[in-house]
Order: sequence, then C-alpha cells, then structure tokens
Amino acid sequence: MLKIKNLHASVEGNEILRGLNLEVKPGEVHAIMGPNGSGKSTLASVLAGNEDYEVTEGAVDFEGKDLLDLGTEDRAREGLFLAFQYPVEIPGVSNINFLRAALNEIRKYHGEEPYSASEFLKRVKEKSALVELDGKLANRSVNEGFSGGEKKRNEIFQMAMLEPKLAILDETDSGLDIDALKVVAQGVNAMRSPNRSFVVITHYQRLLDYIVPDVVHVLYKGRIVKSGPKELALELEAKGYDWIKEEVTA
Amino acid sequence: MAYEGDEILEEVTRKEYEFGWITDIESDKAPPGLSEEIIRFISAKKNEPLWMLEWRLDAYRQWTEMKEPNWAHVDYQKPDYQSISYYSAPKQKKQLDSLDEVDPELRRTMDRLGISTEEQKRLSGVAVDFVMDSVSVATSFKEKLGELGIIFCSMSEAIQSHPELVKKYLGSVVPKNDNFFAALNSAVFTDGSFCYIPKGVRCPMELSTYFRINEAGTGQFERTLVVADKGSYCSYLEGCTAPQRDENQLHAAVVELIALDDAEIKYSTVQNWYPGDENGKGGVFNFVTKRGLCEKNAKISWTQVETGSAITWKYPSCILKGDNSVGEFYSVAVTNNRQQADTGTKMIHIGKNTHSTIISKGISAGKSQNSYRGLVQINKTAQNARNFSQCDSLLMTDRCGAHTFPYIEIKNSTAKVEHEATTSKIGEDQIFYCLQRGLDEEKAISLIVNGYAKEVLNKLPMEFAVEAQKLLAISLEGSVG
Repeated sequence: MLKIKNLHASVEGNEILRGLNLEVKPGEVHAIMGPNGSGKSTLASVLAGNEDYEVTEGAVDFEGKDLLDLGTEDRAREGLFLAFQYPVEIPGVSNINFLRAALNEIRKYHGEEPYSASEFLKRVKEKSALVELDGKLANRSVNEGFSGGEKKRNEIFQMAMLEPKLAILDETDSGLDIDALKVVAQGVNAMRSPNRSFVVITHYQRLLDYIVPDVVHVLYKGRIVKSGPKELALELEAKGYDWIKEEVTA
Repeated sequence: MAYEGDEILEEVTRKEYEFGWITDIESDKAPPGLSEEIIRFISAKKNEPLWMLEWRLDAYRQWTEMKEPNWAHVDYQKPDYQSISYYSAPKQKKQLDSLDEVDPELRRTMDRLGISTEEQKRLSGVAVDFVMDSVSVATSFKEKLGELGIIFCSMSEAIQSHPELVKKYLGSVVPKNDNFFAALNSAVFTDGSFCYIPKGVRCPMELSTYFRINEAGTGQFERTLVVADKGSYCSYLEGCTAPQRDENQLHAAVVELIALDDAEIKYSTVQNWYPGDENGKGGVFNFVTKRGLCEKNAKISWTQVETGSAITWKYPSCILKGDNSVGEFYSVAVTNNRQQADTGTKMIHIGKNTHSTIISKGISAGKSQNSYRGLVQINKTAQNARNFSQCDSLLMTDRCGAHTFPYIEIKNSTAKVEHEATTSKIGEDQIFYCLQRGLDEEKAISLIVNGYAKEVLNKLPMEFAVEAQKLLAISLEGSVG
C-alpha cells in the first residue's frame, strides 16, 4: 500500500523529516506517536502534498505509483485521504455540495459516471449515520460554526463518503470528549477492510483503546526510532518518551 | 428604428444639413465631436419630436459647463470627447456564416459558460434560421406582454409611440445635469429600453434586453427607463454573461427606475464587457448612472455581478421617498489583472419607516483595484429609518487592492444604521483542503469564491445565477498567488 524510504522534508529551510522509513500493508492500521515537534503532522502534510513542505530526499510508493510525483488532487483521487487536525471552514459552500463535487471529481478520474442525486443522497444518509452526524450539519457550510467535535466527525464522515484506500488521521482525537471519541473510532472501525489501510497519528494512547493498531511507531526528530505491537502504546503512556530519547541518543 | 418608408423624411433631414458637414453623412456616421449641430443631427436622424430635441440640447448645454469627476479611486486617461463619433446608423452586425468564424477565445468562454450552440450563434452574430427558437420565443413573449398591457420596447420606439410616458418620467430620477456622464448621455443617447407595467399587473416573466437585442443591440450611450405603476411588479435582467466585445471604449449609460405606490422592481445586471488584456491595454470604460425612486410601500432591488470593463464607475441607488419603502443593493464585483472598479450604492431615506440593505462583495485579483463606495443618507423626515450594510472584500493576491469608502449622513435621531466590513485573503489552507478532497485548483477557487458571494448570487434569477457562478470562476482563472 504505502512504502516510505529515507524521506527528508523541510519547511522554510528547517529539516523536519530526517530519513523516515515506513511500510504499511493493505488492511493494516499503523499508529504514529511521538513527542511534540517530532514531525508527525509534517509527515501527514508531506504525504498529502502540502506545498509548504519541501521534500529534499527519499521516495514514497503508493500502490505502485510514485506518490511524490503526483499533485495533491491526484493523490486524493488515487485514494489518499487526510483527516485534518484543524479542518478549515469554507463559508457559503454546503457540506453536501462540497462532497458531491469531490466525489464526482474522483469518479471522473477513474472513468466513472457521476452519481445521480438520489444515489448520492442515499449514500449521505448511510454514511452520516455511521458517525452519528446530524443531518443538519450535512447541509450547513463546510465546517462553518461547527464545534471542535463536529468538525472531527465531519472529517470521518467525508472519509466514509470518499472511501479512500489509505486514510491518514492527523490527531483526530485532539479536542474530543470520550463520547465523541467513541463515535469517531466506531466510524473508523466500520471502515476497516482488507483493502484499506490507516495511519493514525496521535498523542495519546486513549484513541488506540478504540482503534486498535497492528503496529505502533514512535517518531522522534524526524525518524521512526521504535516500532512495536499495540502494547508499545501502553508502555509509552506509562513511561513517557524520555526513555526513548535516551535510547536514541545513547 | 423604424426606417422603412421613411425615405422622404430622410431626404428632408439630409437637406437641412446640406451646407454643413453633410458629405460625411453619406456613411451614416456623424463626424467626431460634439456640438449642438451634432445633437440636432442625432435627433433628426431619429425623427424625434421637438421636445426631445430641446431636452437633449438643454442637457448638452449643461454638460459643457461640467467637469469630469475625479473623486473615484480609478486612474485612467480621460477620453477626448471631441474625438468620439456620437452617431452611427444602427447597421446590421457583420453576419458570419458559421461559428468557425468566431474568435476561438470567445467561443471557449461561451462553451464553458454552458451557452448553447444556437445561443452562441445569436450572440456572436452568426446568421441563423428564421425558425430559430429564441426568435419565436421572443415573438410569443411580446404577444403575452401585450395582452397584459405591458409596454416593452426600445427607447426610440417609446419616444414615438408613448411620448406622454417618456416625457413624464425621463430624467425624473436622474436629472439631465445629475453628473458629467449622465448629462453626456442625456444629450447624445441613441437608444435603450423602455418598460411600463400597468397598475396592479405582475409581469409573469423576466424582462430582458435579450429579447430585443436583435432589434436594437446595445449602444454606447444606452438609456433605460422602467416604470412600475401602482401595485405592479417586474423583474428586469440587463446584460448577459457571454463576453461582450465592443469597439467603443467609452460607455456611459443611464438607467432610471420608478416604482410607484406598492410597486416592486427587481433589476439584475451581469456586466461582462471586455476588461482589456493582462497589461491593462484596451478594455471598456463603463461610467453608468443607475437610480431608482420608490414611492409609498414600494421596493427596488438592485443585484449586480460585475466582472468586466477596464474601469467601472457605477452606483445603483435608491431614493426612498415614500413611507415604508424598501431599497436593496446586492453586488459582486470582480476585478482581475489591471481592472479598476469603484462601485457601490446610495440609499437616500426620505420617507418614514424606510429600510435599506446593502450587501457588497468585492473580489480582487491580479494587480487590480476594487473599491466599494456607498452613501447612506437619512434625512430629517425619515423617522425610524433602518439601514444594514455589509461590505466584504476578498483578496486573491498580494498585489491587488480592496478599498471601502462608506459615507453615512444621519439627520434624524431615530435612525438605526449598521455597517459591517471585512477583508480577507483567500486561504491557501482552504484551497489545500479542497485539493486534498480531489478537487482541482480551478474548481476549488470556484467553490470558495461562489460560497463567498452566495448571498448575492442567490438574489439573481435562477438561470442567470448558474451562469454567473461559472462566470466568476472563469474571471478568476489562475488568479491565486
């Protein structure tokens, strides 16, 4: 699914990713944890194609394609989805119209006919139930006036609508109370399948109680310094990151 | 223009000028320059009654005393008014044999606006069949309007066939000497539209210059007069989303609306004149005076989408004379490259309980300058007047400018006036968010900009709104930076 080799990336001349390696196989859920400033969100942005970040070295293979060679929109059309840490508001554009435009654009890319209004609405109904998203939110402007929790649920709703191959969740748990967290996790779990992979970026082990990862990675100073089974998350929760830092510098 | 069978008159009018610059008239075009003689010539050419000629001459005399205004936030080389030719006979547009002869750039834009092939032919002057849809539609529309007593014709025709109405209302809202450009228009206007809705009649269709464009075309100095009699309603569409090329650089139109007691007029404009090239070469100077008068309980609503012209100078206004009358102004003005727009409105509150709403959305791209200029005036007599103004500016680049000049004059302490203004730059994070969902940049900008302008676009008649949305996207193509 995703193969990252020796990835180096910088923003405004500061190198953030310093030789990152990662392989995600179809159907797997990978959690990426790490202290503040270790490069977690940078990794999400670079994979999605944010032009603020400059890739200086390395390669990323996504389903046999050179990901770094694709434009942002084509990465999305190929099936890469990023659930944003801070979803932006787009005033005056209804959530529904936005999604319909996006979905049909992706279908067009794959040579498929656009959805009819009724097909589309059926899908909206089905998927919004998945994340218990109020029908009214679907008709409001994209993220405008949404609470923090509603914004995050809306990201998962969009993910469910677009059915990506690889979903990157960038701190989707931040700012969520426990109920909202469960709803979000439930939405993600419902979408797990042998052909779909997830990269879950988080600060806290808490989310991983609900979205159980196959592998946990620790990102530190722009590299993955430790990988392990889901128990590694519990260990990090208990002991913090200092022992990892020591291991690295030792 | 009713030219058929008028040869004798033609003879006579020509004779009159035999000793002047008559030789030039053979070409049916007045020599450059403006003088009383030229105005007499125009009036005679159009076979106008004496009162009309005198009206024009009076306007001209006042114009000669006036100075071109300097206060707008626009910079241009003032036209030489003596080098312009103020009359050329309404000649057939050069007919083309097929769409292949049309400027490919123009065609591409029309395609993207979703304008049908038949329509494209009509707009670009390709010879069309007599059975063509819009012609027959126009005819049946005319019949339908006639049954209701609605008069909808060219201004020249109205001067001939409804002189009492024209005499009564022409210049009643925009006086001849209102401003430099209005005075010029009053002196030399060659044609335009006239519309009268009788008492209590609700006009069942959108009135559009579209239906009589074949007859008259659009002129350099257009004059429009819409009169809605007591308790009547009409919605009027001006312009068209298709790109309009014109060899005349200067356009100075005047539009007057009169809404008598309990009447309502909705006036929508899409202006897409040639804006000039990237470097600001060419392009139309659009100096328009638009104003409406509301009597008791009347309502006038202006909606405009301005994307064209090199210079736009335009302030559709409402005089809220009658008690409980309502004025509205909804505007989207887009400027790109080197375009300059200074546009807004004036709401003059005179009657009691008068209300006005102003929603202005400016979008600046390239190196353009976009200004909102608005006046809210509450007179002493306007007890309990209300105004709400919202002026937003969206910047697409770091090199463009957005300016807001709100003027508020209040002479009655019961007035309630609210003004809100915002300026924002189109967010790279918004665009990135859209791209990440699979939309390309053009679609992303189109979505964001249309969302921003939605409050105004929603006011447009349905079929216009869809084209206007596409037009916004096209006007802003590749403009983020």
